[in-house]
Amino acid sequence: MAMLNFERKYRIRGGTLLGGDLFDFWVGPFYVGFFGVTTIFFSFLGTALILYGAAIGPTWNVWQINIAPPALEYGLAFAPLKEGGLWQLITICAVGAFVSWALREAEICRKLGMGYHVPIAFGVAIFAYVTLVVIRPVLLGAWGHGFPYGILSHLDWVSNVGYQYLHFHYNPAHMLAVSFFFTTTLALSLHGALVLSATNPKKGEPVKTAEHENAFFRDAIGYSIGTLGIHRLGLFLALSAGFWSAVCIVISGPFWTRGWPEWWNWWLSLPIWS
Amino acid sequence: MIEGLKAGLALIGVVAVSLLTIAMLITFERPPIDSTQIGYDGVGMVDHVNPRLEEEVQARNEPPFSLGAVPPGGRPAGEAYENVQVLADLSEDQFNHLMVGITNWVSPEEGCAYCHNLENLASDELYTKVVSRRMIQMTMTINSEYSDHVGQTGVNCYTCHRGNNVPEYLWVEEDGPKAMAGVSASRQDQNVPTRIAGYSTMPYTALETLLTEPGANIRVATQSALPFVREAGAAPPPDIKDTEVTYSLMMNMSQGLGVNCTYCHNSRNWSSWEQSTPMRVTAWHGIQMAQDINANYLIPLQPVLPENRLGPAGDAPKANCETCHQGLALPMNGAPMLEDHPELGESYK
Repeated sequence: MAMLNFERKYRIRGGTLLGGDLFDFWVGPFYVGFFGVTTIFFSFLGTALILYGAAIGPTWNVWQINIAPPALEYGLAFAPLKEGGLWQLITICAVGAFVSWALREAEICRKLGMGYHVPIAFGVAIFAYVTLVVIRPVLLGAWGHGFPYGILSHLDWVSNVGYQYLHFHYNPAHMLAVSFFFTTTLALSLHGALVLSATNPKKGEPVKTAEHENAFFRDAIGYSIGTLGIHRLGLFLALSAGFWSAVCIVISGPFWTRGWPEWWNWWLSLPIWS
Repeated sequence: MIEGLKAGLALIGVVAVSLLTIAMLITFERPPIDSTQIGYDGVGMVDHVNPRLEEEVQARNEPPFSLGAVPPGGRPAGEAYENVQVLADLSEDQFNHLMVGITNWVSPEEGCAYCHNLENLASDELYTKVVSRRMIQMTMTINSEYSDHVGQTGVNCYTCHRGNNVPEYLWVEEDGPKAMAGVSASRQDQNVPTRIAGYSTMPYTALETLLTEPGANIRVATQSALPFVREAGAAPPPDIKDTEVTYSLMMNMSQGLGVNCTYCHNSRNWSSWEQSTPMRVTAWHGIQMAQDINANYLIPLQPVLPENRLGPAGDAPKANCETCHQGLALPMNGAPMLEDHPELGESYK
């Protein structure tokens, strides 16, 4: 694939974390690197295992294909391939592929002399996944607490796990996560709308600048977070959403076994009025 | 000003993190947790029990001291004693055996005098004796008509009483908190943390609504896709409030049995029997039983009971799942209650 004339400037040798020069090359537009190879390896193997799991399963209906984790009785041991072992291997492949991808991003950051914000942000998403299929199952003592790999089956898991605690909306970390998810979309929509409104003036008028954007929010709410600040805020909101999602599920079970409404009884028993 | 803002934000952050940490340490539980799989692998139908908290639940679920059974035969109690209205067909030995049992189960400290005038044991002058008679009839009804719920385990007085004059887990109508006047005077029976509603905002009247009359409609899931077309003159379909009443009852049941929703239901389709666990069938019979005994045995005792036994609204104490279950899916882990006292079972009714 042809390279744009300025791209050569950025495609420089070095910055790899592992493998030295061995995998330090591009295939068309894609940087490869050691972690590009491991990403390909884990994602192909994992996808093949999912297809194998579907093939030995009862259906090819894409909604109903289900690769279930082992029964709780297997605890933290390996399970036979067809009784959850497949799920365990796919989980290893998924974690391998996600982490490889994050490290490949880190290598690209190093080549370009940039900060690690992108791989760290992706790392929070990986952390949320690992919390679901590794950390919480380990804390509860069985791989069977992980969610099944299937479009409808994983939704059943989400629903039932919520009802293990009678009413999940009372989970304090779930409250925070939901609030952050909504605030993220609010911030992104305000930011997107603001930029588009500044760059789309009436016909014949010049495109407006960041000062107009700042002035808009100062007029509207008395404060503008600024052009860099909005991106800091956006990242904070988005990562908080993912982080508190992970917290809300890891506290459910390992750190709380009853209905979530009952957790709030600490409020009723505050020494102020009790 | 910016520096001040930064310092202020940092202070707020430190305080928030400290409070959260303290709150976590004080209010949360910790691993290891005992989990039991209920449904198919990976669907998340799992019951969690904290073994540290379970000790207390197990402690109050010790089965009673066994007195052994007394074989039938001999002089009927109805001939041996006066004013024996319910247990007349028992032998004299069985009758006395049961009286000793009841004393152990209900009034171990007060003894016979809790229900009887010791000068005249046949007298009905104490209200406790009148209540006991009705409760014996209730126990017989439960053992004979609700074997789909109580199985061969059966129940006796101890199942609820556990050595107390009045069972620990009864419920009465909530008279609600003191309310302001005007629009805020009615809380719509909700938004108050009560034990009945599992400390949620849902209606605390669920037990009054659904457990006091046979046939009360608990099933609120619609059986048809929207839009709902109603026949002229037909009753309105259940609405969101009805759904919350049901949800409240279900949380009350979960609490009483020490289980969660997935013990009986696959939450992908609450109302589907095919996707539910067999325990839901047992629970369904339990609901019928609770409605029956509340409507026909416990509520009618209201005029007999002295004022100190009534709720703040003046109603008689009533039963729910927790009255017998006391935190376990099988009360006293399924210890047989009829074995020593077959006289409370079907054949003597």
